[in-house]
Amino acid sequence: MIELTINGKMHRLDADPDMPLLWAIRDIAGLTGTKYGCGVAQCGACTVHVDGVATRACVLPLEAVAGSTITTIEGLGGDHPVQKAWIEQQVPQCGYCQSGQIMSAAALLAETPKPSDAEIDAAMDGNLCRCGTYPRIKTAIKRAAGIA
Amino acid sequence: MMMRQMLRQAAGNVAVPAPSRRSFLKGAGGALVIGAVVPLGGFAAEPAAPGLVGPADPRPNIFVRVAPDNTVTVLVKHLDKGQGIMTGLTTIVAEELDADWAQMRGEHAPADSKLYANHFFGIQGTGGSTAVANSWDELRMAGAAARAMLVAAAAQQWKVPAAQVTVAKGVVAHKASGRSATFGQLAEAASKQPVPAQVALKDRGDYTLIGNETLHRLDHQSKTNGTAIFSMDIRRPGQVTAVIARSPRFGGTLKSVDDKAARAVPGVLEVLTLPVGVAVVARNTWSAMKGREALAIQWDDAKAEKRGTAQILADFREQARKPGAKAARKGDVAAAFKGAAKVVEAEYSFPYLAHAPMEPLNATLELTADGGAEIWAGAQFQGIEQAVVAKVLNTTPEKVKINTLWAGGSFGRRATPGADYMAEVAMVAQALAAKGTKAPVHLVWTREDDIQGGMYRPLVVHRLKAALDKSGKLTAWEQAIVSQSFMVGTAFEGMMIKDGVDAAAVEGASDMAYDVPNLAVDFHLMRSPVTTLWWRSVGHTHTGYAKEAFVEELAAAAGKDSLAFRLELLGDAHPRLSGVLKLAAEKAGWDKPLAAGPAGTKRARGLAVHESFSSFVAHVAEVTVDAGGKIKVDRVVVAVDCGIAVNPNVIKAQIEGGTGFGIGHALRNQITLTDGIVDQNNFDGFEPMRLSDMPDIEVHIMPSQARPTGVGEPGVPTAAPAVANAVFRATGQQLRDLPFSNAGVV
Repeated sequence: MIELTINGKMHRLDADPDMPLLWAIRDIAGLTGTKYGCGVAQCGACTVHVDGVATRACVLPLEAVAGSTITTIEGLGGDHPVQKAWIEQQVPQCGYCQSGQIMSAAALLAETPKPSDAEIDAAMDGNLCRCGTYPRIKTAIKRAAGIA
Repeated sequence: MMMRQMLRQAAGNVAVPAPSRRSFLKGAGGALVIGAVVPLGGFAAEPAAPGLVGPADPRPNIFVRVAPDNTVTVLVKHLDKGQGIMTGLTTIVAEELDADWAQMRGEHAPADSKLYANHFFGIQGTGGSTAVANSWDELRMAGAAARAMLVAAAAQQWKVPAAQVTVAKGVVAHKASGRSATFGQLAEAASKQPVPAQVALKDRGDYTLIGNETLHRLDHQSKTNGTAIFSMDIRRPGQVTAVIARSPRFGGTLKSVDDKAARAVPGVLEVLTLPVGVAVVARNTWSAMKGREALAIQWDDAKAEKRGTAQILADFREQARKPGAKAARKGDVAAAFKGAAKVVEAEYSFPYLAHAPMEPLNATLELTADGGAEIWAGAQFQGIEQAVVAKVLNTTPEKVKINTLWAGGSFGRRATPGADYMAEVAMVAQALAAKGTKAPVHLVWTREDDIQGGMYRPLVVHRLKAALDKSGKLTAWEQAIVSQSFMVGTAFEGMMIKDGVDAAAVEGASDMAYDVPNLAVDFHLMRSPVTTLWWRSVGHTHTGYAKEAFVEELAAAAGKDSLAFRLELLGDAHPRLSGVLKLAAEKAGWDKPLAAGPAGTKRARGLAVHESFSSFVAHVAEVTVDAGGKIKVDRVVVAVDCGIAVNPNVIKAQIEGGTGFGIGHALRNQITLTDGIVDQNNFDGFEPMRLSDMPDIEVHIMPSQARPTGVGEPGVPTAAPAVANAVFRATGQQLRDLPFSNAGVV
């Protein structure tokens, strides 16, 4: 049994301690908003906040996060400034990568409320989008930051 | 007939269907579309979940459902894989219905080719950028008929003439008596009205929703809060997860497997030997993956592809020097070359490319008591998938129920002539049941399976030769296209391949718009066990590039301006191509000098124009080449003519995405083989465009009254050649072999 807090709720997960956090969230805790895209921390679709830090859940063994506080897209609240900006700028196409994009953007703005273009690039380059929503992601981040 | 339609479609030669009154009533393929138009009975049924695929409506043949809760749900027969068709088709209905956008919902229609065939294909399926063109008439009529029935119901209730009843923003009103009602209030009464024999469609000048850039997509709430359900997210009671070990070499077969270690992995439930490989079934995804890693498998490579990319490419290049099958012939090319003032030759090569949608292939299948199955998937070719799964399960297609879910991208990958992953999940569920476990099976392709699993955009070589006369006029064009055909071995082969020419491989070349008096285009059909497939914009992915890059070289050889040379070649015969070319050039400031970059850098613009899927697109790219020869795409200006712009915002998003897709792959993407084994296995080796690679993109939509055509694919073909042409104009370097990274410029 591994205990951790997901979106403010304590979970006791009966899972292999080697199991990456991603699969524990999706298959054991049943929260499917966090996505599998690559399994090797190359695409960012699995991004969640671990104790407030944007983290790729697909390569993080469950045992490494025992006792941690996890926030997934479901725990962001729905009216987070980043989520609102995403809708305003009509960002998503297929939408599959957007949970991860939003979690990365939310962590960026929590740490850097007014990011420069270079800081946006650096924070978001780990999140792939095959639909090509990047220009809108950039604009939405700036809108959420109140700098555009 | 379906093959014929498919042929015409894939050949980029789309004939737009013009449904007659009769086809409206009877529907294509004998479907009774009349039932489709309106809320026929049963309004008390469940209210539709906003924008979400719910339990498919049990009533057959409907496109529009007006519910007592005042929502209007449009049943969308095409898969929304990100292109926004759920929103697009809903807009068309809402416009004719005079609905309020806030009351509109969209839902994927149940799988049923009798009711929901794509008129271009003859079966239910999405592809070829056909969805809006396909549904334009039937959905406008469906919306108008529903409106007429709501009006008739109001007139009857209020005892006033129907002609005095108005509809605006979802409110039905009679001004003189001051009465009004919502659609929801009238829904039940409307359902008892006779379906009108004739409907009047709106004048285009009266549109308030079609062409309205402020409309929001129906799926944005759920796609920003984690509640959008993809097939990866389906959780059925008792569901198990399966992954399959497939031959690492294309064409390899299973020789032997030792599954002892795999069975010992905690969570692994079963290991199954199937015609397609070895399936590991487990309680969850992680256990299934670990179980697969523990398999010890011997493969038989007797019939497998064992060449590497270098050899395949060399074989293709050699073939390009031989005579091929005739794809196009005009005039006398040989004579024109003899009299030429200048002859230009070039060879272009294009690598295998994976589609790599963000959501890897997956589907959940549950065997049903009647011997059939229920499937949850981002299903793109329902008409084929039902038949393929039925064959595996030895049942009939009607007993294969498909719940179509949002798909996390496709780019062509989810539409396969053999319905590959659907067949696989059926095989797993069947084999598992034979072992005594009848459980819903979720089959998952890992990213490694996806990158190494084939179904690639084919590797293609183009050999080109052209003649210019003394005045720099193009007098002859000779082109050889060397490629595998993904039609070979499929049900489409007979119709798509004629006299050795695959229409899907030569589209955009054999029917080139540029006016040249002497033309010869040859096709060489190559064979390999490496599997290939259509990939966003199909043949145009390479023919558009080869044509536009070569024309740029010809303009330079002729000493002419890139824009002027193209406009001259287009003449008066292609106003829509000339139109987008001029619009893009104007918006990009083609006639003005480009601001200089930092010292040591070179900057230039490049352009390209092409027609695909009956839409017309021109790109102008601005590129900076640094002192070390590395390129950066700074800005791209695009003009698109897709007829009437149903959802301008969605169109712009598709063109932005198509532009990124075209440029991203050209920069650094390729699938290569060494001794038949794929060298890349994930997003590190096959690294798609990232945010910092993406240029600023500006999209301009050409105002048009023409019938709407697609935008999912047409944004791709011209994006990369516009960049290559900018590099050529900046430095003289010709980027003839893709990706650009092979030339050291990325």
